[in-house]
Amino acid sequence: MPINYYLFLAIALFSIGVVGVLTRRNAIIIFMCIELMLNAVNLLLVAFSKMHYNQAAATAIPVANPGIDGQLFVFFIMVAAAAEVSVGLAIIVMLYRNIHSVDINFLNRLKH
Amino acid sequence: MSISAILFWVLSIAALFSALMVVTSRNPIYSVIWLIVTFFTISGHYILLNAQFLAVVNIIIYAGAIMVLLLFVIMLMNLNKESEPARHRWLQLAGAASGGAFMLVLVAALKDTELKSQQSLLLEGHIGLIKTLGRELFSTYVVPFELSSILFLSAMIGAVLIGKKD
Repeated sequence: MPINYYLFLAIALFSIGVVGVLTRRNAIIIFMCIELMLNAVNLLLVAFSKMHYNQAAATAIPVANPGIDGQLFVFFIMVAAAAEVSVGLAIIVMLYRNIHSVDINFLNRLKH
Repeated sequence: MSISAILFWVLSIAALFSALMVVTSRNPIYSVIWLIVTFFTISGHYILLNAQFLAVVNIIIYAGAIMVLLLFVIMLMNLNKESEPARHRWLQLAGAASGGAFMLVLVAALKDTELKSQQSLLLEGHIGLIKTLGRELFSTYVVPFELSSILFLSAMIGAVLIGKKD
């Protein structure tokens, strides 16, 4: 499969995430859109890792595991995302306890 | 058209449609469920690229852990009603337009790159298998792996500290 298709698919998914962050007001849905953007990047990393594997197989350069770094990066991104979600949801729950809403328009009182 | 190409297109269209539904659903519960569908389609892409370990981990971590946590929070806080006041019409339009412009710029910048002739290998290759990835993870990447355990520990302590009633 040409790498272009994966590139455009990932760009489209990422942009949908950006639109969600910009247009929604519910903090949880904004959070989910950030997860969507992370997943778009993950998909592109895996596609590029298989592209490098293909390239190395074509040129016959003796590399141990060509392109494996991309997939390990995806693993570490998932680790970071899981940590981020736990802390972020704790913040949202705390927010809801204090202002009884998850509407981000009420968050501007943080600056006072 | 080979079967893997058909699968690629079906999965891509399903991923884009469900991602759009995440953004446009009024009810947060529906958004979560559509996001789970998106994660499953992305896992399908991983299987198509023969990244089996990542496909399984994606389902376990994202669809299994993170989404259940989000559903839990939504149901505990009783947000599953369509009470979210919409943003102002012009702000919504501006958000959609800037997101679309972002996509346009990226596509226009990347459509004529050298990458056009490159192929991403489907259905073959051993680098996505658990054996290869695990060997690499515990030899070359063992320090970041251990550091991520510290990250998890601090995230756990942070979540407990923030969520504590003071």
